[in-house]
Amino acid sequence: MPFKIIASQCTSCSACEPECPNVAIREKGGTFVIDPKKCTECLGHFDEPQCVAVCPVDNTCVIDTSLPRYQAPA
Amino acid sequence: MDVSAQHDASGNGGNVGEIMQAIAEHKGCGTTGGSGKASCGSQAGQGDLPTEIWEKVKNHPCYSEEAHHHYARMHVAVAPACNIQCNYCNRKYDCANESRPGVVSEKLTPEQAAKKVLAVASTIPQMTVLGIAGPGDPLANPEKTFKTFELIYNTAPDIKLCLSTNGLMLPDHVDTIAKYNVDHVTITINMIDPEIGAKIYPWIFYKHKRYTGYEAAKILTDRQLQGLEMLTERGILCKVNSVMIPGINDQHLVEVNKAVKSRGAFLHNIMPLISAPEHGTVFGLNGQRGPSAQELKALQDSCEGEMNMMRHCRQCRADAVGLLGEDRSAEFTTEKIMAMEVKYDADTRKAYQEKVEEERIAKVAAKQEELAELAGNSSDIKVLAAVATKGSGLINEHFGHAKEFQVYELSTAGAKFVGHRRVDLYCQGGYGEEDSLETIIRAINDCHAVFVAKIGGCPKGDLIKAGIEPVDQYAHEFIEKSAIAWFKAYLDKVNSGEVEHVERGDAAIRQGALISAA
Repeated sequence: MPFKIIASQCTSCSACEPECPNVAIREKGGTFVIDPKKCTECLGHFDEPQCVAVCPVDNTCVIDTSLPRYQAPA
Repeated sequence: MDVSAQHDASGNGGNVGEIMQAIAEHKGCGTTGGSGKASCGSQAGQGDLPTEIWEKVKNHPCYSEEAHHHYARMHVAVAPACNIQCNYCNRKYDCANESRPGVVSEKLTPEQAAKKVLAVASTIPQMTVLGIAGPGDPLANPEKTFKTFELIYNTAPDIKLCLSTNGLMLPDHVDTIAKYNVDHVTITINMIDPEIGAKIYPWIFYKHKRYTGYEAAKILTDRQLQGLEMLTERGILCKVNSVMIPGINDQHLVEVNKAVKSRGAFLHNIMPLISAPEHGTVFGLNGQRGPSAQELKALQDSCEGEMNMMRHCRQCRADAVGLLGEDRSAEFTTEKIMAMEVKYDADTRKAYQEKVEEERIAKVAAKQEELAELAGNSSDIKVLAAVATKGSGLINEHFGHAKEFQVYELSTAGAKFVGHRRVDLYCQGGYGEEDSLETIIRAINDCHAVFVAKIGGCPKGDLIKAGIEPVDQYAHEFIEKSAIAWFKAYLDKVNSGEVEHVERGDAAIRQGALISAA
C-alpha cells in the first residue's frame, strides 16, 4: 500500500517533494499528490517514510488502504 | 493559564516582578543602567557600533530603528517548506488580513519573485532591502532561495539581501550565503537549553529523520550556534530573533542573549509570543499567554547592557512590502506584477535616497538642539510617551487614524525609542467587536502622554480621564525634539509642584488579525 496525501489537509508547503527518494510527489491543482506507482513506502531507502516525517500537518501523508501493499522486488 | 490574561493589562503584575528579579541579577555583568549606553540597533545614531557595521545597517529598516522611518523592505515568499515544527506556528492557517510571520497570500517562483522585487523597487524608491523569511524556512528550500538571490544580485545589485532562518541547516549553507553577498542573516534562537527547547519544538526533520523532544532541541541549538559562529567569522552580520514565551523561556532569554552576543551576533530582537487561539497553534490552543508590554520591555532593558536590542520589529508577514508597520503587498500581487512593465531606474532611487539622508540629518540635528536644552536638568523620573506617526520621524498622524503608536522613554538622558503598540481592531469572525478607544487606551496604558497631529474632543476627554495627556501642540514636528521639549516642561511642572508625578500601569500587546489589510 503506497502513501497518499489527504488534499484537504495539505498546506501545499512542498516540503515532501524533494524528500521523496522515488520522485513520486508533484504539485497538482494547488496541493501535492503521490504517484502510487512510484511510491515504495521508502522501503530500502530510509527507516521512516520521508513524506510522513517532514509533513507539518499530522495524519496528512497516510497509507492508501484502497491499494495493495508495496512489494519490494525479490 | 487563562488566555484572557493577555488582554488584561492589569493582570500581569506578578510576572513583571519575576522578570525584574532576573534583570537585577543580570545587570550585574552588564554595563550599569545609568551610563546611557547607546543602542544603535534601536537608536538614531551610530552609537557604539563599529563603523563598518554601521555602514551596513544604517539604511536597513529591520536593523536600524531610525532607518525604518525612511526605508522600506520587502519579503518574497519563495520558501514554503519548513524542517522544524514550532508550537507558536501553524502552517495550516492563512488569512489575507493576518500580519505575522509564517503567513502569506501566495507563493512565488524565484523568477516571479525577482520580477516582483524590481517592480516594487521601481514603485517605492525607498525599498532597499529584500528578505526571504519563509513562510517556511529559506534554508529548507535552498534552491529556490538562492536562485532568487542570484537573479536579484545580477539585476539590482544595490538591493541588500537578507534571510531569516531557524538555523537548522545554516552550517551547510554559509558559503553560498557569502557567495551571493547576503550580508544580513537573522537566526531565530529561542533557547540554548534543550530541556526548554523541548517545550517549544515538538520535532525537527534532520538528515532524513524526524527527531523529537530533548534530542531534537539539542541538534537544533547546536546547529544554530555553530551557524552563528560560522557567519560572524566570515563577517556576515547576524541578528538573533527570540520569541518571549512567559513561563517557558522568558528568564532563559537572558542566557540566550549572553550566548549569542559571545558568538558575535550584533543585534537581539526579543519579540512577544503571538498566541491567539484562533490561529490554531499549540500555544494558542493550550492557553499559553504572550507577555505584557512592560514584561517585554523589562526583558529587553535587561539585555540592553549586554548588546544592542531591537525594539521596532513588527513581526511582519513573509510577503510584506513597504515600510515596517505598513503593508503594501496587496498592490503587488503576482497577477499585477506580471502585467507590469518594469523599468529599473537606479538614478531615481539614488536621488530619492539622497533626499532621505537630508531629512535624517535634519532630524538628528533637531534632537541635538533640544537635548542641549535638557542639559543641567537632573531627575530620576522616566516616563513613556506614545506617538502617532506616518514616518519620516515626524508627529504627523491623526489620533483616530493611527494603526499603531511608537513608544519613547523620556528621561533627562533624552528620548529613546523603546517599542511600538498596535491599536488596529481585532478580526473576530470578520467583525470588529471592541471599542477602538478602549483598545488604544489598553495598548498605551503605561504612557503619560500621547503625541498626535490632531485629535477630536471626545477621545481627548477619555484619554485625560484615563490619565494619558493628549498632546497636539507639536503637530508635524520632529518626534524626539518635541518629546524632549514636552518632557522638560513636565519636569518643570513636577518641580514646581503643579503636577504630581505618578507611575503608570502596564499595557497590553495587541495580537490577532487586522480588520482590513492596511
